[in-house]
Amino acid sequence: MEKQAVPAKGHKASQVLEDNVVLAMRGIDKTFPGTRALNNVDFTLREGEIHALMGENGAGKSTLIKVLTGVYPKDSGHIYVKGIQGEAHIHSPQEAQNIGISTVYQEINLCPNLTVAENMFIGRTKGARVQWSVNEKKADKILRNLGIPAQANQELSRCSLAVQQMVAIARAVDMNCKVLILDEPTSSLDEKEVQMLFGLMRDLKSRGVGIIFVTHFLEQVYEVSDRITVLRNGELVGEYAVENLPQVELVARMMGKDLNDLADLEEIGQKKTAGETVVYEADKLSSTESKPFHFSIREGEVNGFTGLLGSGRSESVRAIFGADRVTGGSVKVKGKPVNITKPHDAMKAGIGYLPEDRKRDGIIADLSVRENIILALQVMKGFFHPMNQKETEKFADEYIKALKIKTASQDTPVGSLSGGNQQKVILARWLLTHPDYLILDEPTRGIDVGTKLEIQKLVLKLAAEENMSITFISSEIEEMLRTCSRLIVMRDRNIVGELTGDDLNQASVMKTIAGGGQ
Amino acid sequence: MKMTVKTSEVHTRHRQPMTDTKLLMLIAIGTFIAMYAFAMIFIGKRFLTVKEIFNLLNNNAYLIILGCSLTIVMIGGGIDISVGGVVCLSAMSCAKLLQYLQAQGIEGPLGVILSLLLALGIGLLFGIEQGYLVSYLEIQPFIVTLAGMFLSRGVTTMVSSENVPIKHAGFQAFKSIALQVPNVFKLELGAAIALLVLIGMYLLLRHHKLGRSIYALGGNRQSALMLGINVKRSRFLSHVISSVLAGLAGYVFIMHASSGKTSIGLRSEMDAIAAAIIGGTLLTGGVGNVFGTFIGVMILSTIQEIMAASKVQESYWQEIVSGALLGFFIMLQSVVLSGREKRRAKKNALVAAEVKG
Amino acid sequence: MLQKRNSRKADLSQLIIPLAALGILLLFNLIRGIVIGDLRFFSIGIGENIYGNTVLTGNLISIIDDASALAIIAMGMTLVTAACGGQDISVGAVGAISGAVFINVLAAFGLDKISVGTILVALLAATAVTIIFTLFNGTLVAVFKIQPMIATLILFSCGRSIAYMITGSATPQLNDPLINAIGKTIPGIPIPTPIFLVVIMGLLLTLIFKVTNLRLYTQTVGINQGAARLNGINPVIIKLLSFVILGICVSLASMIQVCRLNQLAHKTLLDAIEMDAILAVAIGGNSLGGGKFRLSGTILGAYIILMLTNTLNDMNVSADSIKAYKAIVIIIIVIAGSPGIKNKISELWKKSRSRSSKAMAGR
Repeated sequence: MEKQAVPAKGHKASQVLEDNVVLAMRGIDKTFPGTRALNNVDFTLREGEIHALMGENGAGKSTLIKVLTGVYPKDSGHIYVKGIQGEAHIHSPQEAQNIGISTVYQEINLCPNLTVAENMFIGRTKGARVQWSVNEKKADKILRNLGIPAQANQELSRCSLAVQQMVAIARAVDMNCKVLILDEPTSSLDEKEVQMLFGLMRDLKSRGVGIIFVTHFLEQVYEVSDRITVLRNGELVGEYAVENLPQVELVARMMGKDLNDLADLEEIGQKKTAGETVVYEADKLSSTESKPFHFSIREGEVNGFTGLLGSGRSESVRAIFGADRVTGGSVKVKGKPVNITKPHDAMKAGIGYLPEDRKRDGIIADLSVRENIILALQVMKGFFHPMNQKETEKFADEYIKALKIKTASQDTPVGSLSGGNQQKVILARWLLTHPDYLILDEPTRGIDVGTKLEIQKLVLKLAAEENMSITFISSEIEEMLRTCSRLIVMRDRNIVGELTGDDLNQASVMKTIAGGGQ
Repeated sequence: MKMTVKTSEVHTRHRQPMTDTKLLMLIAIGTFIAMYAFAMIFIGKRFLTVKEIFNLLNNNAYLIILGCSLTIVMIGGGIDISVGGVVCLSAMSCAKLLQYLQAQGIEGPLGVILSLLLALGIGLLFGIEQGYLVSYLEIQPFIVTLAGMFLSRGVTTMVSSENVPIKHAGFQAFKSIALQVPNVFKLELGAAIALLVLIGMYLLLRHHKLGRSIYALGGNRQSALMLGINVKRSRFLSHVISSVLAGLAGYVFIMHASSGKTSIGLRSEMDAIAAAIIGGTLLTGGVGNVFGTFIGVMILSTIQEIMAASKVQESYWQEIVSGALLGFFIMLQSVVLSGREKRRAKKNALVAAEVKG
Repeated sequence: MLQKRNSRKADLSQLIIPLAALGILLLFNLIRGIVIGDLRFFSIGIGENIYGNTVLTGNLISIIDDASALAIIAMGMTLVTAACGGQDISVGAVGAISGAVFINVLAAFGLDKISVGTILVALLAATAVTIIFTLFNGTLVAVFKIQPMIATLILFSCGRSIAYMITGSATPQLNDPLINAIGKTIPGIPIPTPIFLVVIMGLLLTLIFKVTNLRLYTQTVGINQGAARLNGINPVIIKLLSFVILGICVSLASMIQVCRLNQLAHKTLLDAIEMDAILAVAIGGNSLGGGKFRLSGTILGAYIILMLTNTLNDMNVSADSIKAYKAIVIIIIVIAGSPGIKNKISELWKKSRSRSSKAMAGR
């Protein structure tokens, strides 16, 4: 593992940073109630370098960025910025901007109703008068200089997302940023637009701007970055030059696995062989968020979608459930063609879906635990068939016990439960509907280790005893290896492989995720 | 490695495709021309004279100012339904003050100035209270200004529950100042003030930092924050300006009317909102301009004239036409907005549909 | 072992605001009554009305009676608020339309031939028409996704004119014992009929909540529309349904007022009732942003508003100035529930906690 030679703390300000280093973060700690988000993390950025910051869920990427940009105060550690004497103390995004650290977020933080030029200069000038022609001329110059295809007097909403992003970057560059942070810039771009963005990034690189490139897309990282820093569980795994780190090793580092580790997985139960009947089949299914794909699953089969965060796993299953707007393809449930355009259709067809984002898509915060548990079942029973009090209490009781949900009572508003218990409530909700095909997107996220195993055992049990088909998505490869008999591997929004039988081991999975690079 | 820019994307420097705002305003102008033409045909000669246009201006000066109030607040993403009540309170208070001054024998220009200050002061009080509640306590503007409407109307009746005639000599003299060419046109002072307000607001919204901040905040509040704009202060000031203008509108009202009544400005907030919407101010914020609102006021007042002149006994037709017009423009806005959404969704679908696996 | 259901605790907590407000009002009037030596405010008695029937009389009775139309409309407003997160400000104007249809249908049968049958037909017709108008609002809100207050602005401005258009300038007087029975009292029953109608409406809604999942769906849609959809609920249908129920409420309330006043006054029927209805919903402890709701709170809120009006009237405050006081009450309630204040309170709470824990640590 390579590590940047760290200047010792206590050195004189001018000696702390080596000549071409623009940013040095040393020993950053940040704890939130219940989690240690960052633990003694270092990060170094050089002039004219494109530096990818990578890590899976909970790795600490976004926390590190937020500490750097002053959104969160750090608990301890030091930040040094070129040109600043001594340590940089950053208390707000404004301050960060003022010392030359600019961020372009995934949700482009510009105002779509204003012109390009306005977006570039608003909030920066001291004077009360707005100088339209001066600003527009300046903006045009900058846009030409950076090769951005936009007009200064164009309304921003008229520009494509990619161009909007570039305008945000142009604003940062005009503010003489030394450090430019790009947070998931390519998520909504097509191939051409990605190349356009990369062109701009390389241009900035040649001007000496240091770029922190936060992304999930493996291939893009290798295409445009110089160095990679990997975080995992709040700790620094390492900093590497791109040419020294083969893709497979990167994946291994991110997932915390050793490629050569062939230790046996703790067995928790027998995997059942799937039945013959195809319970669900999709052909060229596409949605507003996902490219056309084929997928099928048989009775009693447990399959998984694996890949790095952002690879498109969730989007695929959302398309299956009708959660996103379906734009094409045909679907058969138990052999019969079925039209699934919205979740209700999927539920009627016997499909259940535990969403990835429980806060936004899952819990109905102000309603009680009981109401949240019986919700989906109630909807399936129909508007005119409310379950009586006794029934709902019984169901809620049953599942609170079965999943060991920690709550003061059935009537506690679910919003006041801890994240893990909220997750259990939603899991209970879908288990209660006894679907033929259950989709679980990150069901173990935020849950204690003991319960994680319980849930995996439960998955096997449901498949074996009730012939339920289950799609299991998890960031932890072991969980899927324990439960799934088939793994679909995704990378950068494409399906890149399918693993069964003997191929179901960590090494194969990581190799398939990583792909052929180096 | 520099990106080469396709020339086709750059060659037209100034001509931009029609923005939604421009489209909405064009529709408004078109509607006005249509209305006016209809009036000319229906009512006849009177409408062909320049004098008539100025009549419209003079009669609706206060509404033009109210339109500006609503426009600035709506651009910031909020709403203010207290303006009608504030106009009434302001007008009534000034009338009462003038009555008092007259009784004391103070009939000079002092009365004119004091009542102006009173009108602006009342507006300022309401503006500060409402602006604070909306911006710093984060309460929904509708409820806050609804309470303001109640409060101002209630206090009006405390000031006086009967009509207060205005006979203050100084004020009467002031009122009669007008720019006129006999039989060609007459621009009353009140209307002139309204036009000045229009120009002032235009300058504020277009060329002043505060105006642009309000646009930004209405367009995307989160972005405006991140861009370094003081969102809370901008929103606060938008309400202050709105109410101060409403106070001024009350003053302008009594420059045209002869007494203070408790029925002044009843439902004028709805007219102002309608005018703003018709003129292309988006309900969702971030888009709007005072000239469009001005056109909206003209459209509504033309309808009023048509109704009055057609001797339609049932005055209700005016309300129904205004309501239908408002409904049409609300739905038009919704269609235009969803058109934007669809364009974006189509683009994403295309991106997703690139079959590469 | 799971604790016994403490749902009753949770439910009552939402009623704290209205119960507190009620308590304050009653206390205020009690003190005032003692001071001036006249407890007329609390009078309930038995007397005779102009038709020679025994009826309940007294100030408290008349407050509850007068509040009937408001209570019914506020019930509908509660549902719309809960599902759509906004308010319908056209209810007064739409009420005028409803009254217009009611009277027209009665007149069509002949104003001298009023019977239970004709009244029922008139009510049904009025309800049907009202629902058409509230569905218009509902469509703007649910389908076109326009903010409820803005969408209902349209009918607010021209609803009364539409009512005028329906009846023309004629204002027929309804002088019929049956009409009086509805608006005032049914001979032989001492309790005013409108109060019964409030109870009936309340029972009807309770029945609907028992026989369907409307409460669950409405609350879910109001709290998290996206998640509702992911559980198979159709938010558009639920929102439209809330407007349909509001239409029924408006129509019933309008009939009560028309029968009470024996005529339809287009401009003043249910005048400014929308504001009172919104206030009642807010006083009832319901969030104006939608989600969980409690009808009983709203009904209490309606009575509180009428009690406030009555108290102020008694103190010789003019009818118009009462608006100002109502405004202040709205402002206080809304400030108390605002995010800004909640943040400040939680900050103070945290500070005092850390202070006390520091003090504890110091010992």
